[in-house]
Amino acid sequence: MGIFRLLSFILCLSPAVYLALGWWFGFLGANTTEDFIHQSGQWALFFLFLTLLVTPLTRHLPLVELNSMRRQWGLFFFFYAILHLIGYLVLDFFFEWEDIYYDIIENNYIIVGVLIIFLLLPLAITSTHKWRRKLKKRWQKLHRLVYLIFPLAMLHFYWLIKADYIEPILYTALIGLLLLERVIHFKKSKLQQ
Amino acid sequence: MPKTSFPTIPSSEITSEEKFINRRDFIQKTSQGLLASSAALILPSAMADSEFNLKHEITSYKDITTYNNFYELGTSKSDPSKNAKWLKPHPWSIEVSGLVNKPGKIDIEDILKIPTEERVYRMRCVERWSMVIPWEGFELNKLLQKFEPKAEAKYVEFKTILDPENLYGQRFPVLQWPYVEGLRMDEAMHPLTLMATGIYGKKLLSQNGAPIRLVIPWKYGFKGIKSIQKIRLLDREPRTSWNKAAPNEYGFYANVNPKVHHPRWRQNKERRIGEFRRRKTLLFNGYQEQVASLYKDMDLKKYF
Repeated sequence: MGIFRLLSFILCLSPAVYLALGWWFGFLGANTTEDFIHQSGQWALFFLFLTLLVTPLTRHLPLVELNSMRRQWGLFFFFYAILHLIGYLVLDFFFEWEDIYYDIIENNYIIVGVLIIFLLLPLAITSTHKWRRKLKKRWQKLHRLVYLIFPLAMLHFYWLIKADYIEPILYTALIGLLLLERVIHFKKSKLQQ
Repeated sequence: MPKTSFPTIPSSEITSEEKFINRRDFIQKTSQGLLASSAALILPSAMADSEFNLKHEITSYKDITTYNNFYELGTSKSDPSKNAKWLKPHPWSIEVSGLVNKPGKIDIEDILKIPTEERVYRMRCVERWSMVIPWEGFELNKLLQKFEPKAEAKYVEFKTILDPENLYGQRFPVLQWPYVEGLRMDEAMHPLTLMATGIYGKKLLSQNGAPIRLVIPWKYGFKGIKSIQKIRLLDREPRTSWNKAAPNEYGFYANVNPKVHHPRWRQNKERRIGEFRRRKTLLFNGYQEQVASLYKDMDLKKYF
């Protein structure tokens, strides 16, 4: 399992390396900063999806070992969200705080983006075993915040698009399926009781 | 027709020596190529007299031809150059109808006979990025005059080719197809308003709106409708594509204005493609001297 975790770690990190080099050397595209921001955001969404995929997979397939990957992928979700934020604050606005201030207060999708970062912070901080033991039952409750983060992330995505909504619709459908599986499972287990 | 002087370029936009040399190199190569390929071809006068052009920071040909908004060829910026083959710019004609004395069709071969000149314009997209593009083209008024607009004509409507069989983008209801744009008559007749048929002295590529497209340098890029097949003169304001899709976000006028913001983002700054720090956006994209008189006494916040 250790080697699998290491491989996964390297694989998950490689898009960030590609983005950083691509931005620096300008091979991401003509609008390299925009590409950095869009792609880091898409990777964040991908890792949100991956994190939420773990539970249903382990329930229906003999892949119990995957449970130990949830934390790594969850943290990569946080990592790419932070990269996305850095792209916005540093690469795009380059610390022009007045413009950033107006951008945040005037644009719904930016407000939502900032909110997601704040909701993600406690999850990232309490992701260690130590915190998990310390918080006990409350840990699980706290980490259910991800079910609030998901619709907010979709909203953030919808609101920034001009016309072609195919991508956010696809992601909503995919992640929606994962949530539906949870609802069905929850109802079933209640019936059994 | 009011006499129009070309805009002066602030020193911040003056080209570095390196770019100057590259540009001179390019002109030499192009002219050699042209002379070699056909002795009958005469160098476009603007190319020889490139004083004015050289003062600009012209965006690279690669960026101009690979970073495009042309949803008929796909919605991502890199799609149109990849899918350029979907759009065949030959055979082609433009049909002019509505309030004109001589309605009719004009073939692209005859359009291309209209003498062109090089015009280096800033191009500001509503999405907050910008370029500087060396267009080849002629003033729209030259084309319209051939069809003799009637006095009642107050607006001009333009339509892009409708061909969902080949243009896969038109199979999805992202916008209402065909793409429609429009101008007020005085905007259409303004000497800065260009019908472009080339970029960098080369024929327009499909991703840039081949074989002929509109360029209105003081308006947001989406007003510059590509691959035009129909022009209609009207006595009322035409309904335009982006305005229909989101009337509170995209107005009919769409004049570049750093003080009039899009509901979802501020328009005070822009990223020039190829630059790191954002630039300040200029009123009427820097063409205030030439076009401000068109909008005097108009509330630019109301008529955005």
